[in-house]
Amino acid sequence: MDRLLHVATGVSLILLGIVLASLRRAHIRVEYSVTWLLAAIALLVLSLWRGLLDAVRNLLGLPDSPLALFLLGAAVLLVLAFRTSVVISHLRDNNIALAQRVAILEHRLRDLESHEG
Amino acid sequence: MIHANGPGALLVIVPAFNEEGAIGHVVRSVKEAVPGVPVLVIDDYSSDSTLGLAAEAGAAILPLPHHLGLGGCLQAGYTLAYELGYEYVIRVDGDGQHDPRDIPRLLDRLRQTGCEMVIGCRVSGDGAWRTGWVRSLGIWFFRLMLRPILGRPVCDPTSGFVGVNRRALAVFSRSFPLEYPEIEALVVLQRRRFRFEEIPCRMLPRLAGRSTLTALKSLYYIVHVLLGVFVNVLKYERRGHRPPIPAMNRPPENHAKQPKEV
Repeated sequence: MDRLLHVATGVSLILLGIVLASLRRAHIRVEYSVTWLLAAIALLVLSLWRGLLDAVRNLLGLPDSPLALFLLGAAVLLVLAFRTSVVISHLRDNNIALAQRVAILEHRLRDLESHEG
Repeated sequence: MIHANGPGALLVIVPAFNEEGAIGHVVRSVKEAVPGVPVLVIDDYSSDSTLGLAAEAGAAILPLPHHLGLGGCLQAGYTLAYELGYEYVIRVDGDGQHDPRDIPRLLDRLRQTGCEMVIGCRVSGDGAWRTGWVRSLGIWFFRLMLRPILGRPVCDPTSGFVGVNRRALAVFSRSFPLEYPEIEALVVLQRRRFRFEEIPCRMLPRLAGRSTLTALKSLYYIVHVLLGVFVNVLKYERRGHRPPIPAMNRPPENHAKQPKEV
């Protein structure tokens, strides 16, 4: 069980490193990195602080602590995945509106040019 | 180039995606059926010579910068028509299945009844139109489902041969379904207490290409449209809503002030 928690600590440190490196290279925007940073820090704290993890396990009524840790991780991933879909939907709406506007403006520009010419 | 010349101006729009086998004939036959009426071909980023052939046949063209799908393509046409001040817009499909000789009948009905939408109904025509059993089943199902939502029977809710007036244009230029738009568009109009009429129309055999709806896609279509209809019944304006842009050849004002979420 302890080995599993050590693995979780390692994973959270790697995640933290990847998010910070991506932020530094501007591969991810700050507003989208916050959730990942919080998730990585929470995973780190819970995997190191056994007392807190046991308290969470009792609260959820689960048989063992690592299970509680990974269930929490899965819940965070679900929320993040849904949030990504929401962001993509907004981007798609914006993209379609922009494409239509570009097409219409091009049409009107050609119209103006043909009148001037 | 196209301009609305006076009140009551009509524009025929043709959404087209890789329709090089039919588009030239469609544009010419529309021009023959309704001389003097401008034809706008909205090219949804075709990879073939649709655009060139449409322009060659005498259509005004609105090329999209990338592929948007039928709904996005149609909305671009409706928005341009609205901004140029057109009173009526009739949509004809780019594959040659709609008979342009029916356009005057659609326009007459729009003018006489003052309703917001007229649908060229394929089922109650002279019986020339036949379709596969999956699609027939789908249409039957949607007729059944739409009846309580629209409060009246609708004969051919998936028809693409549709005429709309300026009130509908104002709505469609702001919010229009993106994929498989015909049925959802009916619900969008119904939510605003707009009226629609249906008239029987002849259907011609498809000139080139194949229908975009295969059997498997038909199933996806049904699920997609069902979801879309219920989203529309609940609330459509939350997404895809844009503030109206002033019409009649004026450049869009307040454009920079538009909210970030479109």
